[in-house]
Amino acid sequence: MTKHEVTLHINGEDRTLVIRHADTLLDVLRLQCGLTGAKPGCENGDCGACTVIVNQLPYKSCIMLAIEATGHTIMTIEGLKHSPIQRAFAKCYAFQCGYCTPGFIMNAHAMLLHDTSIDEPTIQEWLESNICRCTSYEEIASAIRMAMSTMNANLPDNSKPNSPST
Amino acid sequence: MTENCSFATDHMEACGHRATHVIGHSVGRKDTQDKVTGHAKYTDDFSDNTMLHAALLTSPHAHARILSQDTARAFAAEGVRAVITGKDYPNKTGSPLADRHVLAIDRVRYAGEPVAIVVADSLAQAEAATKLIDIQYQPLPTIQSPKLSYYSNTPLLHPNLNPYVGDSAEVNPIPGTNIATHVPIRKGNPQAMWAVCDEIVECEVSFPQAHHAAMETHVVIAEVAPNGDIDITTSSQSPYSIPSLMQATFGIHPAKVRVHTPYVGGGFGGKSSPYIEPLAVAAALKVSGRKVKLRCTREQVMTCLPGHIGLEAKVRLGATRDGQFVAAHITYWFDGGAYADRGVIVTRAATQDCTGPYRIHHVHCDGFCMYTNHPPTTAYRGFGHPEQTLVIERAIEKLADKLSINPLELRRLNAIGPGDTTPTQARLTRSSIGDVQGCLVRLKQMLDWNGTATVKEGKTVIAKGIACVWKTSSTPQDASSGAIVRVNDDSTITVLSGVVEIGQGTKTVLAQMVAELFRIDIRHVNVVLEVDTKTHPEHWKTVASRSTLLAGNAVVRAAQDAIRQLKKTASFVLQCEADDIHIAGGYAYCADAHDTRAKIPIGALAKGFTFQDGHTVGEMAIGHGSYTIEHVTKLDPTTGKGVPGPEWTVAAQGVEIEYQKDTYSYRVRRAVSVVDCGKVLHPDLALGQIKGGMNMGLSLASREGYVYDDSGAVTNPQFRVYPIHRYGDHPTYDVAFLETPDLEAPWGLRGIGEHGLIGMPAALANALSNATGMEVNQMPMTPELLWRLQTNKGDGP
Ligand code: FES
Ligand code: FES
Repeated sequence: MTKHEVTLHINGEDRTLVIRHADTLLDVLRLQCGLTGAKPGCENGDCGACTVIVNQLPYKSCIMLAIEATGHTIMTIEGLKHSPIQRAFAKCYAFQCGYCTPGFIMNAHAMLLHDTSIDEPTIQEWLESNICRCTSYEEIASAIRMAMSTMNANLPDNSKPNSPST
Repeated sequence: MTENCSFATDHMEACGHRATHVIGHSVGRKDTQDKVTGHAKYTDDFSDNTMLHAALLTSPHAHARILSQDTARAFAAEGVRAVITGKDYPNKTGSPLADRHVLAIDRVRYAGEPVAIVVADSLAQAEAATKLIDIQYQPLPTIQSPKLSYYSNTPLLHPNLNPYVGDSAEVNPIPGTNIATHVPIRKGNPQAMWAVCDEIVECEVSFPQAHHAAMETHVVIAEVAPNGDIDITTSSQSPYSIPSLMQATFGIHPAKVRVHTPYVGGGFGGKSSPYIEPLAVAAALKVSGRKVKLRCTREQVMTCLPGHIGLEAKVRLGATRDGQFVAAHITYWFDGGAYADRGVIVTRAATQDCTGPYRIHHVHCDGFCMYTNHPPTTAYRGFGHPEQTLVIERAIEKLADKLSINPLELRRLNAIGPGDTTPTQARLTRSSIGDVQGCLVRLKQMLDWNGTATVKEGKTVIAKGIACVWKTSSTPQDASSGAIVRVNDDSTITVLSGVVEIGQGTKTVLAQMVAELFRIDIRHVNVVLEVDTKTHPEHWKTVASRSTLLAGNAVVRAAQDAIRQLKKTASFVLQCEADDIHIAGGYAYCADAHDTRAKIPIGALAKGFTFQDGHTVGEMAIGHGSYTIEHVTKLDPTTGKGVPGPEWTVAAQGVEIEYQKDTYSYRVRRAVSVVDCGKVLHPDLALGQIKGGMNMGLSLASREGYVYDDSGAVTNPQFRVYPIHRYGDHPTYDVAFLETPDLEAPWGLRGIGEHGLIGMPAALANALSNATGMEVNQMPMTPELLWRLQTNKGDGP
């Protein structure tokens, strides 16, 4: 089985790893880097539990090869600290079992990096790639609104965040 | 609310009418930081370089004879350590009926049945090697409909049913048939009463099996130590049931089995059956000394592991002209799949509560759990009750229509209450049943119910549908829970309980109870969130919405025990009677003490109290408590007479939909639940349980269900073809609580983990029936189903 040495840029650090070409980013993050926040829920791109941020956009790490991620900036939930969306998830009881939570938070965080004043249909477009079986989704919707308003309150008028607001 | 609330013990603070400072308030969840940071560890998150990986090979055939198995090529493949087939373990397994082999030996009975396991250094190697196993099958005829299975018994799926070992209190298989269990209910004399009825309606209801869809798939890590001890880490709702299952399956002494359960990524009943634990142990026994991880793929969970039970049912309901229910005759043919598993107990649960929360004096009900060539089934949120509710509520709606009585008023008229008896002739009390009438009255307001279920606006129909819900648990008569409460040196408290944190937040609620009794800030109470069967006192199972009752009573007793010990030690120090000592705010002090210096931090009493001169009085404060369920009796095998559970939580639920006549499509606008939860211990958690359940129920009812091929294999085992609710699919949820206390339970609480779901399929079916004027008696209620019903009616497009 051929293996390959690659360097991945994860949560602000360079990690040099020996991987198979067929290894998914999800497996490499979990098994080789010990970053188990991203979860396998379907390994088929259907549930979003494995979502991480690559170059500021959400990606399902179960359908991305680790080798494709070289040269890109990867952020996992472990790299996200004290963000408004995490605080809002905590406050709004937007999780129960917590298994979908890292994926939802990363997706929502990427969305809020992109824009903090978006309407419901756009939010749905971003978030419908993720499944939560425990909550009613209303809790997650409230968390999004809460994070949006904290971020907007902390911003000077008419400006948008262009970096993780952590 | 009643004033004489005294549960299990005499502790005054525990009464609902006393002001509480932690109970009844939304304190943050104890697992919040772990879960919003990605730090929370679930079973699959534990791995190391020495761990081996197991992959399952499952049957592609729904029913076949196994002619030959050749594992030589797989065994020779790179990295492979062991290949295990049925021949390696002639043992049978399964609870409550051992009706399957660990791995199929000579016959497979469903597509997805495990036939071999490969253990290899990496998962990729194990998976690759499964493809090198050569198994020759001879396909056999299959049976898919449980009703047909009942009438034809062909093919006979378990010809040797007789010698199967089972728990006769839990399962009643009938040899020579495909009946895995039969539960009869005989109350009154319905036969004689049909003549008295002015109106009789009949309905047939059916739906296929479905998937729990907990986001974490099932994972087990097993290791056999050189001395034969077995260490298991598993994503299970029932860790304490695993040691005895290992004894029954492999003859391993239960004391040699230790089970760890870290965070569990959702269960919904699907993780209550220890289904893959025997497989992981079978693998670990072949490579002893090495950890083996077995993680199911989503496809495997959907095809191989037990899912939600399917049903074909028939109901006949009779009433007088003024709407009094007189008699009911109900038959359930549950699609239990190829092996009995917990499906047989789900059958009993549905049967024992078959009428719903209504007063019906004459009831004849037969619950059959049928063997078919579908995947096996187990507990699913609601445990037989969403199923039972859909059947009876469709009949009630039809009856209301026939009698021209407002459907909500018809339900109020027949609502069950204290003094009435259930189908199993259990007499209800104000404590054992919630307030059905009250729930309906509240629902009427919240749903703006004015008596008419539909309003037409051009091609759009706005329709409402309602349902009443009740549920008791089907716990064994000895279901128990134990707890330990430790006082630490820093005046914090640590709580140990065997409840699994599957997302419901029970451990936070247990911490609230302890904080309340110690009159201490919740932040000073720690709960151990994982479970270890060797060190945590046993908790029966994290199922049946019973955890807060069982573990709650145990924790309350343990806290009271610890407080008693602290008071005793403090009484030596403060020189006053133990009864006069108060414990509050992290201190012990004498009731009449004006001198604040005489306050001792409870941490200073944790290991007895040491005076300045070094001499020590008292002992270490470790409280323990336990609780065993009360008043539950076995059901009589011929009449079903008995008390199946300790109390019934009730609810009234409704939905409002917007239906498009020309496209058969619809949207649920809002869904409403009024739940009598006894006492709201934690408003946000309670709301989360109910709303989460409603969302799951609407998803199940509107779009979920296995689609089988001609032989019975599941064809849609992926989320892209099994389209459960996603963000944005949800309507608006409105929830209200009533509080009629259960006098046996801490602070009067009642279980609520499942009730949000139970009435949703029935309410939606009623709304759609009202909107379309057709009988919508099937799930999933897709636009396609509505179109088909219309077409069959003859005036479709
Ligand atoms: S695990 Fe990646 S989308 Fe489900
Ligand atoms: S919190 Fe359990 S799946 Fe979302």
